[in-house]
Amino acid sequence: MIQEIEFTLNGEAVTCAVDVRKSLLEMLREDFSLIGMKEGCSVGECGACSVLIDEQAVDSCIYLAVWVDGKSITTIEGITHTDGSLDNVQQAFIDAGAVQCGFCIPGMIISSSQFIKENPQPSRDEIRRALSGNMCRCTGYQKIIDAVELAVETK
Amino acid sequence: MFDITGYYEAHSLANVFELLKEQPTARIVAGGTDVLVKSRARVTGFVETPLIGISRVAEMKGVIMADDGTINIGALTTFDEIEHNKIINQNMPLLSQAVSLVGGPQTRRMGTIGGNVCNAGPAADSAPALFTYNAVCEICSATTTREVPITEFYIGVGKVKLQPGEVLVKFKITKQNYQGYQGYYIKFAQRAALDIANLSCAALVKVTENKIQDLRICFGAAAATPIRMPAAEAYGLGKEVSNDTLTTIGDYCLQDTKTIADWRASKEYRDHLVTVLPVRALALALKDGE
Ligand code: FES
Ligand code: FES
Repeated sequence: MIQEIEFTLNGEAVTCAVDVRKSLLEMLREDFSLIGMKEGCSVGECGACSVLIDEQAVDSCIYLAVWVDGKSITTIEGITHTDGSLDNVQQAFIDAGAVQCGFCIPGMIISSSQFIKENPQPSRDEIRRALSGNMCRCTGYQKIIDAVELAVETK
Repeated sequence: MFDITGYYEAHSLANVFELLKEQPTARIVAGGTDVLVKSRARVTGFVETPLIGISRVAEMKGVIMADDGTINIGALTTFDEIEHNKIINQNMPLLSQAVSLVGGPQTRRMGTIGGNVCNAGPAADSAPALFTYNAVCEICSATTTREVPITEFYIGVGKVKLQPGEVLVKFKITKQNYQGYQGYYIKFAQRAALDIANLSCAALVKVTENKIQDLRICFGAAAATPIRMPAAEAYGLGKEVSNDTLTTIGDYCLQDTKTIADWRASKEYRDHLVTVLPVRALALALKDGE
């Protein structure tokens, strides 16, 4: 069963005839070749697949592709500026040394971006809670929290 | 891909009933945080079936206070919305506290309170709070509306009293069930986020002049469904608030729980928690109110 949908993807109006069985993650990776977001668990536990839907971070692996009809999606590719330069959140992750294997990082940056926008002066505990839906198997989280603090300072 | 045979999206409550009539074998999906996870795991009934999506049905969303003070919570209200809702924060803080502990932020933005209840997991975080507030479920079909107290809505793990063609539309909590109460919810789990409770306990209490006027305790994950503690509640009535009273209330809870052992925890460990969590929850509820 195919459904025709229209939505905004990283600032651009797009249409797609999508298989209703697909998750948003599958549609973005397979039909739009956006492979920045990752599939970690595919059941909504790790946050590696996070994208912003109408400015809210959600797990795209347990979100039906057809649900984005009429909505606005930002993936990690859309966080990077159109001239190819990095957003300050991305730069802060590099500068804080918060990236090891990198698998969780697109999701971490998606969650951090929404959070920083809504909380201009967060505490470390608030940062922890905001990122509690994103798992990292490498860093032990400290440097990721440092990176968000740095991103807040350099905004 | 999810192994579903079709997807139909409802645009209004009336449309949900039409779709249910056309697709009698379909499963309803709200935020997808349980249904799509079960579909991935190929749980029977969640694969090889069509889905009816209701996430855009506006009539089933949001929190409203009626003129008589009854609070109506739409079944499609998300955990995130409930956590930050003013009416809930001011009048039912136990519920906003409970839903703030569901999964992680991404799950709380998609998961709905109605979905949490209809999925009928014994450890659902919103359920113990709704049980202590004596919430009533409003259930509609194309032609009927009926009300069922949430304490009677559960049948067993994954099973609630919904007939084919029926939808849980909202929860209603009357004023006398929330006004003047203090509450606290404890989720006992291995991890703070993204975990399922080993045991959870909601305690709601009304105290005047240091005497317990009303007491309600509900456990999650202590039985196949969330359960209230009638023996402990009856014991507490009229008692002075003291350490002894609270400890005895905790001991009484063993009379009404049927804990089990599984890979998360042993029975002995859970029984110990059954006696201490309500004491902690009550102490914190009363401390909060001061
Ligand atoms: S892949 Fe989506 S949450 Fe893990
Ligand atoms: S950097 Fe490897 S999972 Fe986070």
